[in-house]
Amino acid sequence: MKELWEGNQAIAEAALRAGLEAYFGYPITPQTELLEYLSRKMPELGRAFVQAESEIGAINMVYGAASGGARAMTSSSSPGISLMQEGISYIVGSQVPAVIVDMMRGGPGLGNIAPGQADYFQLTKGGGHGDYHPLVLAPWSVQEAVDLTIDAFDLAEKYRHVVILAADGNIGQMMEPVEMPAPRKIQKRDRGWELTGAHARDRRLITSIYLQPEVLHAHNEKLQAKQRVIEQEQVRYHEFLMDDAEYAVIAFGTSARVAHTAITWARKKGTRVGLHRPVSLYPFPYARVAEISKQVRAILVVEMNAGQMLEDVRLGAAERAPISFYGVMGGLVPFPDEVLPEIEKLVNSVQ
Amino acid sequence: MLTEDMQIVYQYPHALAPAVTHYCPGCTHGVIHRLIAEVMDEMNIREKTIGVAPVGCSVFIYNYFDCDFAEAAHGRAPAMATGLKRVHPDRVVFTYQGDGDLAAIGTAEIIHAAARGENISVFFVNNAVYGMTGGQMAPTTLPGMKTTSSPTGRDVELAGFPLRVAELLAQMTGAAYVVRRSVHDPGNINKTKKAIRTALNVQMNQAGFSLVEILSSCPTNWGMSALDALKFVKEQMIPNYPLGDYKVADSVKSFIVS
Repeated sequence: MKELWEGNQAIAEAALRAGLEAYFGYPITPQTELLEYLSRKMPELGRAFVQAESEIGAINMVYGAASGGARAMTSSSSPGISLMQEGISYIVGSQVPAVIVDMMRGGPGLGNIAPGQADYFQLTKGGGHGDYHPLVLAPWSVQEAVDLTIDAFDLAEKYRHVVILAADGNIGQMMEPVEMPAPRKIQKRDRGWELTGAHARDRRLITSIYLQPEVLHAHNEKLQAKQRVIEQEQVRYHEFLMDDAEYAVIAFGTSARVAHTAITWARKKGTRVGLHRPVSLYPFPYARVAEISKQVRAILVVEMNAGQMLEDVRLGAAERAPISFYGVMGGLVPFPDEVLPEIEKLVNSVQ
Repeated sequence: MLTEDMQIVYQYPHALAPAVTHYCPGCTHGVIHRLIAEVMDEMNIREKTIGVAPVGCSVFIYNYFDCDFAEAAHGRAPAMATGLKRVHPDRVVFTYQGDGDLAAIGTAEIIHAAARGENISVFFVNNAVYGMTGGQMAPTTLPGMKTTSSPTGRDVELAGFPLRVAELLAQMTGAAYVVRRSVHDPGNINKTKKAIRTALNVQMNQAGFSLVEILSSCPTNWGMSALDALKFVKEQMIPNYPLGDYKVADSVKSFIVS
């Protein structure tokens, strides 16, 4: 049965149903309803909820709870994610699973509270110190946000890695019909690394420090091997009318949704244009973008930033097809009637 | 060989791992480690204890304890301990932090852990310098004290005044047990041990936040012999950081070990 859910609350409910055991957060627009929802639900279910003193506190509480073996999560928006980068680096280095929701807003600095996509770099390229990429999933609807939230917990545990749900203020604030998954039982099991007290077993250590350069190098090799596995196994994208496309629009999240409408209009005018929508921003679908660059005459990238995913599209396309870019910043959301002329310009540019 | 009329009066604590520490000669971290380990043995809690290590000289504390440990980011141990304790309320969770870690970069985390009445124990080692990085001025450095980043002595006009953590945290309604002790002589070492045991007792009785500030020596970075450094604790540190019980909530008075 479908119900009407607000994005932030829907993600919170999905996390509960995925077996969330511990949530730590700090209020920030446009994700605060997520924290509010869990502040009510988590104590009712006997699960851990703390409103932290800062995003720094929140991410380190997640680090602690996850080290204790619990399914742990935090949520925030762009400036808060910037503050969490230190903790994210430690969590990745220590290989504990954690889920983070980022309802992106306008930046840099305090920016504003309107929707944005300018966290692409800080989410997909590491953000904190050291060599790593969190697994980043970008929904374009409330339903997809729910589904990806469930997946996020499983993937975080599978890889003992940070998984980030990268949405924006639109997804967080809008209401859409959602089919909620059935709640899962919380499974208590010892996976051999979590800290529970060294009862009848050897002591365990969760750490990211390896003082000997050779040892840290070897640890990094292990982490990098894991990234390569994630790159093999977790590339996700959706496409629309790409089979016969002569032109491709590549966009994620809200931008893709806007582009989808513009593509429908362009098709009615006879332009054979399709949509490629990366769902996993890391791992980025480079191989598929390479194929597309051989198929189409030109590519248009649409983002709510100055061209961040654009760099990955360029890497994938490797100059096999000309690439145009249309971006809005400052918390603006492009309208389909702004994207349609960009598609028309793209067509004219190669004719 | 142990016979019936003999008893063990002194031995290597079970809670300590058989390891040689990396601490400098004369440093009192080793004494404090041993006290915590002895208390863990006496309370029989080694198998249910999870420690959280800081960044600083005691960053490798997990090598020296035979219990589970997590290594926190600099200053964030109270937040990490909060996460651990909230998902394992029946385990004993403690942080071990130096003065740079707790009183500078980690001030927000420690104040709010205390304010929340987080049911964890904090062992706060104050030696008035950043030891690991080579003896720079800490928030706890005494006025006029020479360090590698206050080479002519801490000038309070420029660098302000020492932070008194026990006094500060005692103001928190959520803090149940906050005391300051020292390990510069055997009598004070015994008092420190009792305070450590009380702090863990408070936690095990779900009575709230406990912190034992322990004045410690740093002969290497103070440029002194081990004995002179202990004398410095007694004659210079204690007047600036008076020993005493700063917060003993009524609810924890029955848990005091004397």
